[in-house]
Amino acid sequence: MKKILAFSALTVTIGTAQAFCGFYVGKADANLFNEASQVIVVRDGDKTVVSMLNDYKGELKEFAVVVPVPSVLQKGQINVGDKKIFDRLDAYSAPRLAEYYDPNPCNQPKMEMMRKDMAMSAAPLPASAAPSAKALGVTIEASYTIGEYDIVILSATQSDGLETWLKQSGYRIPANSAKALTPYIRQNMKFFVAKVNLAEQAKTGFTMLRPLQFAYESEKFMLPIRLGMVNANGPQDLIAYMLSKNGRVETSNYRTVKMPANMDLPVFLKQGDEFRNFYKGMFGEQAKKEGFRAVFTEYFWDMGWCDPCAADPLSSDELRKAGVFWVNNPNADAAAPPPPGQGRIMPRPPMGGGAQPVMLTRLHVRYTPETFPEDLMFQETKDRQNYQTRYVLRHPAKVEPNACPEAKPYLEGVVKRQEQEAQQLATLTGGDINAIRGKLKLPPAPPSKPWWDGMWK
Amino acid sequence: MGCGSSDLKLQDARLFQVGFQAILLTIGVLLRDFSLLPAQMALAIASAIATQAFWLKVFKLKNVGYLSPLITGFGLSLLLRADSLWLHPLVACLAISGKFLIRIRGKHLFNPANFGVGLALLTLPGAWVSPGQWGNDLGIAVWLIALGALVAQKTQRDDAAWLFLGTFLGLTVARLFLLGYTFERGWEILIHQALNGALLLFAFFMISDPMTLPDRPAARRLHVILVAVFAFCWQFLLYRPNGALWALLCLAPLVPLWDFLVPGKRHNWHGNKPLQTIVATQGKMPG
Repeated sequence: MKKILAFSALTVTIGTAQAFCGFYVGKADANLFNEASQVIVVRDGDKTVVSMLNDYKGELKEFAVVVPVPSVLQKGQINVGDKKIFDRLDAYSAPRLAEYYDPNPCNQPKMEMMRKDMAMSAAPLPASAAPSAKALGVTIEASYTIGEYDIVILSATQSDGLETWLKQSGYRIPANSAKALTPYIRQNMKFFVAKVNLAEQAKTGFTMLRPLQFAYESEKFMLPIRLGMVNANGPQDLIAYMLSKNGRVETSNYRTVKMPANMDLPVFLKQGDEFRNFYKGMFGEQAKKEGFRAVFTEYFWDMGWCDPCAADPLSSDELRKAGVFWVNNPNADAAAPPPPGQGRIMPRPPMGGGAQPVMLTRLHVRYTPETFPEDLMFQETKDRQNYQTRYVLRHPAKVEPNACPEAKPYLEGVVKRQEQEAQQLATLTGGDINAIRGKLKLPPAPPSKPWWDGMWK
Repeated sequence: MGCGSSDLKLQDARLFQVGFQAILLTIGVLLRDFSLLPAQMALAIASAIATQAFWLKVFKLKNVGYLSPLITGFGLSLLLRADSLWLHPLVACLAISGKFLIRIRGKHLFNPANFGVGLALLTLPGAWVSPGQWGNDLGIAVWLIALGALVAQKTQRDDAAWLFLGTFLGLTVARLFLLGYTFERGWEILIHQALNGALLLFAFFMISDPMTLPDRPAARRLHVILVAVFAFCWQFLLYRPNGALWALLCLAPLVPLWDFLVPGKRHNWHGNKPLQTIVATQGKMPG
């Protein structure tokens, strides 16, 4: 079995409400529930490819997604992608655990170091629904059926008209939609509206909705998260995989901070769901600490390699499917995808022939309507320092205290270290230190004596 | 303005600015994950001072202090981010050298920190500016405004900072109105932008630097308004970050033109004999 901890819990149990960029609109009173959304943004110059994957759990026929786009997209600019690409990107970039084993203190020269890396992989899915006739200053610029989706591209002159049109067409759109739509209309943006074509959907044989992808040129390097907040009733999560050529991507209108990482944590995190729960708890705590005003960087690496690898880097073929338009055509690329393997170090890029690098920045944001008043704007920096959210488990050596002279001080050191790890964990997650001590089977903290205790004896 | 007292006041203002930047930076590094290494900051400041010493020696200048390179070193540390240790000192060196070498009629053309940041972004690998990195915490913003205003007022050039902010934010309000945001949402966005630390830092510590603005008050105001309009267009029409930095840099060549067309009384900022006067009397400086 692969040493991959399923990370789905993070994306499944967190968050509530709407789509990240655009809102979902249901036709009935179905309970719309969209948790962590995932998006891939590939960008070089003005050329942009966006793939959206949303975790929609309702009935397919009741679903639609409305996304503002910069121009009327032609059919060739739209594609129905493969969810696997999201899974691959997720597995490759997910927060990970690294394990080390202490050498036996009685056996110094044998400095064996074992390392295993476990990644967490996420899991969500996409969206859709249905429009109808026309009216009210709304123009249907184009309509296509692509894969299992019926797509219309709308332009509108008035938000009221657009709202009315959507309503008349059977979409149950949130009450304040018109107000939220106005700024996009005035910026001359178009609206991409997709719903599921059930007949086509049945043909595909997929039970889940596949991600929608679109390619366009725009000077705006942004994600319209505001529309999805129209009737949000709590913080929402978005994980964005930003693929660029030159360096790390960050938000230019909000703080971008790195997750606290690369520290030693108690070894019990390896068991069961402990690590997932830890990361979930820590993310929540850190987001709260930043007042839900920051975007977190969870990973940044040149995709040609990794060290250690939580999952293998994406092949050229997979990168192209993700929308990375500057990698070589896979047909011309004889290199087979690397054999599966975990916890290894992937050598530096085998991408021959002057291939352009692909950099992956994984951003994770938990936002609320109050703390993110503007859409997310991005910039590509020239920063190329690799970063990963990696946590280290150090297993103590199994040794008897009197096995050798070094053993006793070693074991005392281990106890100290474990206490530090426990405190670290408590600080990061805002958890209860005593509960953690309990799990660690650490001796309870010695009851702290008052300083004057024993003074007069 | 009495010479002695005003000189003292100006010195104070300068010291105050250095002190303020040092405090801000330290708070930033400690609390805000500024991704700036203490070594980068130290190297930037050391390099700026060393470069200043070098050029003072080359041009045999006396009575010119080291506050200016100190401020440049701090300014660069606050704005510029790099993935290496060599970049900050190199940029500091270029910035200070630019101050000595790129002069028109004895007055340096570019604000040194502004020049350094622009040069780094355009030509050097591994350099970037994180405009959103300051966050917009009310506390920091209030500090910036309060202390910055104090500094600006002491130097009698507060008009530049406030004029820049007024124009830039005024245009922002107009944009929000035209885009049809609801009042509530528009207000939130305006506050979000007005509390941007990088914008405030630019306003109070870069554009308000009187050495690189036109001498005549009317020309100065016009120039500041142009910078604000340029910055706004860069950011909201071209959708590119760091509008204010690019605006100040790109429009700097206009300053000598204003000074030529409408000359005014040169600002004495050093609190001692201004560099320009020394240069003019000693005739050692090119340009």
